[in-house]
Amino acid sequence: MEDDAPVIYGLEFQARALTPQTAETDAIRFLVGTQSLKYDNQIHIIDFDDENNIINKNVLLHQVGEIWHISTSPADKGVLATCYNRTSDSRVLTCAAVWRMPKELESGSHESPDDSSSTAQTLELLCHLDNTAHGNMACVTWEPMGDGKKVISLADNHILLWDLQESSSQAVLASSASLEGKGQLKFTSGRWSPHHNCTQVATANDSALRGWDTRSMSQIYCIENAHGQLVRDLDFNPNKQYYLASCGDDCKVKFWDTRNVTEPVKTLEEHSHWVWNVRYNHSHDQLVLTGSSDSRVILSNMVSISSEPFGHLVDDDDISDQEDHPPEEKSKEPLQDNVIATYEEHEDSVYAVEWSSADPWLFASLSYDGRLVINRVPRALKYHILL
Amino acid sequence: MAPGTMAAEPGHGSGPGDSPKGPEAEAPERRRKAHGMLKLYYGLSEGEAAGRPAGTDPLDPTDLNGAHFDPEVYLDKLRRECPLAQLMDSETDMVRQIRALDSDMQTLVYENYNKFISATDTIRKMKNDFRKMEDEMDRLATNMAVITDFSARISATLQDRHERITKLAGVHALLRKLQFLFELPSRLTKCVELGAYGQAVRYQGRAQAVLQQYQHLPSFRAIQDDCQVITARLVQQLRQRFREGGSGAPEQAECVELLLALGEPAEELCEEFLAHARGRLEEELRSLEAELGPSPPAPDVLEFTDHGGSGFVGGLCQVAAAYQELFAAQGPAGAEKLAAFARELGGCYFALVERRLAQEQGGGDNSLLVRALDRFHRRLRAPGALLAAAGLAEAATEIVERVARERLGYHLQGLRAAFLGCLTDVRQALAAPRLAGKEGPGLAELLANVASSILSHIKASLAAVHLFTAKEVSFSNKPYFRGEFCSQGVREGLIVSFIRSMCQTAQSFCDSPGEKGGATPPALLLLLSRLCLDYETATISYILTLTDEQFLVQDQSPVTPVSTLCAEARETARRLLTHYVKVQGLVISQMLRKSVETRDWLSTLEPRNVRAVMKRVVEDTTAIDVQVGLLYEEGVRKAQSSDSSKRTFSVYSSSRQQGRYAPSYTPSAPMDTNLLSNIQKLFSERIDVFSPVEFNKVSVLTGIIKISLKTLLECVRLRTFGRFGLQQVQVDCHFLQLYLWRFVADEELVHLLLDEVVASAALRCPDPVPMEPSVVEVICERG
Repeated sequence: MEDDAPVIYGLEFQARALTPQTAETDAIRFLVGTQSLKYDNQIHIIDFDDENNIINKNVLLHQVGEIWHISTSPADKGVLATCYNRTSDSRVLTCAAVWRMPKELESGSHESPDDSSSTAQTLELLCHLDNTAHGNMACVTWEPMGDGKKVISLADNHILLWDLQESSSQAVLASSASLEGKGQLKFTSGRWSPHHNCTQVATANDSALRGWDTRSMSQIYCIENAHGQLVRDLDFNPNKQYYLASCGDDCKVKFWDTRNVTEPVKTLEEHSHWVWNVRYNHSHDQLVLTGSSDSRVILSNMVSISSEPFGHLVDDDDISDQEDHPPEEKSKEPLQDNVIATYEEHEDSVYAVEWSSADPWLFASLSYDGRLVINRVPRALKYHILL
Repeated sequence: MAPGTMAAEPGHGSGPGDSPKGPEAEAPERRRKAHGMLKLYYGLSEGEAAGRPAGTDPLDPTDLNGAHFDPEVYLDKLRRECPLAQLMDSETDMVRQIRALDSDMQTLVYENYNKFISATDTIRKMKNDFRKMEDEMDRLATNMAVITDFSARISATLQDRHERITKLAGVHALLRKLQFLFELPSRLTKCVELGAYGQAVRYQGRAQAVLQQYQHLPSFRAIQDDCQVITARLVQQLRQRFREGGSGAPEQAECVELLLALGEPAEELCEEFLAHARGRLEEELRSLEAELGPSPPAPDVLEFTDHGGSGFVGGLCQVAAAYQELFAAQGPAGAEKLAAFARELGGCYFALVERRLAQEQGGGDNSLLVRALDRFHRRLRAPGALLAAAGLAEAATEIVERVARERLGYHLQGLRAAFLGCLTDVRQALAAPRLAGKEGPGLAELLANVASSILSHIKASLAAVHLFTAKEVSFSNKPYFRGEFCSQGVREGLIVSFIRSMCQTAQSFCDSPGEKGGATPPALLLLLSRLCLDYETATISYILTLTDEQFLVQDQSPVTPVSTLCAEARETARRLLTHYVKVQGLVISQMLRKSVETRDWLSTLEPRNVRAVMKRVVEDTTAIDVQVGLLYEEGVRKAQSSDSSKRTFSVYSSSRQQGRYAPSYTPSAPMDTNLLSNIQKLFSERIDVFSPVEFNKVSVLTGIIKISLKTLLECVRLRTFGRFGLQQVQVDCHFLQLYLWRFVADEELVHLLLDEVVASAALRCPDPVPMEPSVVEVICERG
């Protein structure tokens, strides 16, 4: 059972921002935002043809500045939000805006890739998330499973809930909250929980994790000193409503049950430098992906704290379509947590990893030198989980 | 016939020599028998007596010397067999022999003639004498007859008187007995008054049976009654004395003995005896209890066990001995009673001793305790032997074992406390503000102090515990002290446990939740790491060898091998050192991060100086280098590092710098940067930032510098730089390069990381105009 070789795509610029096209559930499509101070920045729409193992790309110009964060609407394939740096008279301000891509690119196009650079198209600006009063935007996150009308953005020490009206052409600040305390508090990252009717958001600042209720914009839990150093990223378990994962500069990935914030449920220490990104697989929450500035991507199997600690329970008839695969004895004891694979295709720090929204067995990782690598979960494990 | 045979037996007329010649064929059987007896007397067998050579047929009639010689046959044979000449020869020979024999015979007769004469005379004289003797014997017979007659007459006369005398003597004896009986009451009273109870009891014993027998006679009855009254009084008095209990155990035993003789019921006496003994022994126990009471000046444990030994155990011994002597007749039931008694009181005693010993747990000195235990154990051997059923000796051994175990536990606690104390001392020494001009104790010195202090504590503990197995201690030959105590107790329970707990304590510093490193001073981590490493290399095997030597372990139970402990210690050392690297790396990282994050790089001025924070980084690194150098060896560097810093510097500033990021600001192609840096990366090895460290200074410093520079790189990438911002980074990096290369194993590493920092800064700069390398050099040299 030979695993497919990783597919590598190189960008000309440095890049940190990567996102799957969330609303797209059929085609495997990722969006990458570049960082260049000297040239026009671009958003690369990467289509991956799974069957032929071919990458098709389309390039959109993003002229307002270098992209630090990118996210796509869960409802509309053509809508995305970016956080970008705007440099003006020796001041750098990070702003956020909602954009619409040209219609023909929404569901991907299969033009030949060579001439795409010459015919780069431009994004259509829908609205700015006005942050003049709030400071630098760290990230924008959409309400998951929503209608693409609610967005939360983190600006310095403020958490802002926006309502996008008039088909996203107008962003109205619905409510906000801010973090008070001594020192310069600054949010680094935030995620919107898919549970509890999408009323919870978790944020990271310095070494603490905080949960917020979007209805009252009040703090519901706080994990002080979640990590020894800065917390870089967090993610919610898609199947277990109280579980979330976080990662940070102490090289650790920690799994939390938000009902008990004193102790992590589990700690992984596999990376040898800061962990920048952690992502749960959307369907099989035992698969956890992490990217680190030690230039490695690690796929871990956290079975013991997943929603399927005894493996996937399937009816016997379900496996009839897998006749080439010999039915094997299923062990009933809890499986061991382990590292499934370490991917070393990157040669610079990996700042973003994302699962595809269409294929649960496929993920992309992006390193600073602009290298995008698309990998798959090893087939043996895939069948082990499925059967 | 050999003539010598004849000559040898001259005195005997019927010697064996002539027997063949005699007419023995017709001789009666009697003669033959007499011959046989004579031969027997002279120790000759029949054959030998005949003088015949062995082997010839004794029945041969032709044998001249044979018993069955037949002259006719012989002659016939000669005549028939021999030629004439031989016949003649034998004839002359025969004649000659006969002549010789005749002359021999004559000589014999002559020689013995006188003897025959004198024998005849003697016999004649004897005949006369016997005749005279016969007459006298006759006279004697008549006289004797007369005497017999007289004697019979006298006896008849005296018969009557003799009978009377015998009777009188009998009466006299009886009267004496009676007198004794009559006097008995008064005697008894007197005895009782005088306190001669023994005498009284003996009298009573003697009279008892008689009185019993004749009690139907009124007078005797009266006596008996009197006696009984007195005896009753006696018994009462004895009991009184017995109960008073003031007297010692021997007297009590005497009382009991007397009472027993007086026929008091043994069962009851036995109960009472034990009750009394209990009272006395409980008294002892109470006094012992008072000794350990709350009053502070309790006697030391040795004195206590001495008191217990002489008072209680001695008493118990006496009681047991007396009991066994007195109530031996009671059989197993009595013995069981005594055993139960001893068990119960022994239990109380043991409880007291244990309470006292428990008070002793605090002290560090074992010698007194061991001596006390020795006394205690030794003392209990006597009653233990006397009362095997009570199990006193076993219980005592158990107590001793328990105390020994507790001591081991106590020493382990002591060692742990000592270790923690050492750590506190070290912390204090590290935290103590350095006086101006006077350096505090160096790390190496502190380490030596800690190591020697722990070692001396271990040795002291071993020595203290060793007392338990000293030859002269009575319980040291118990199986527990020979085997389990040494191996499981001392080696495993004390030494191995301590080393393990030491490692655990040390490791716990790595897992401290506040990972900011504030809790544990890094120097302590370093020191502990070195300590553990020293343990791994030498100390553990030394301590265990010491232990094994002192406690010759005979037990076969499995013990932790040295290698396992060493591995644990090494792992601990490694973790501590890695943690040290992390903590120190973090400190410098934080400094660098703050310096990058808080500065406004876009509107910074043209660099004139190296930023203070970089100097601080170098200073701190140097301090760390010195600190680590105190405890760890230098380690290996790559060969090229022997080059002078000047050359390294020039290489870096000219060729490297130009080659690395010069293309990035030529506006021609942005791809070049990536391409170049990618090619660069292809040929350089991946840098593991938080990789495990080795036990040497260079490795430690390399780790710290790697962490710091990687942080700098990541922070630079998050910022946007103005032209002068880039130049400042350039200056700073060059400065770091100038000073940091000497600390690391592979200076290439520092180059690589710093190059990357500068390259990243250049990428993050919209207007990348680097500073002239020469200017950079000047600034750095000035700073």
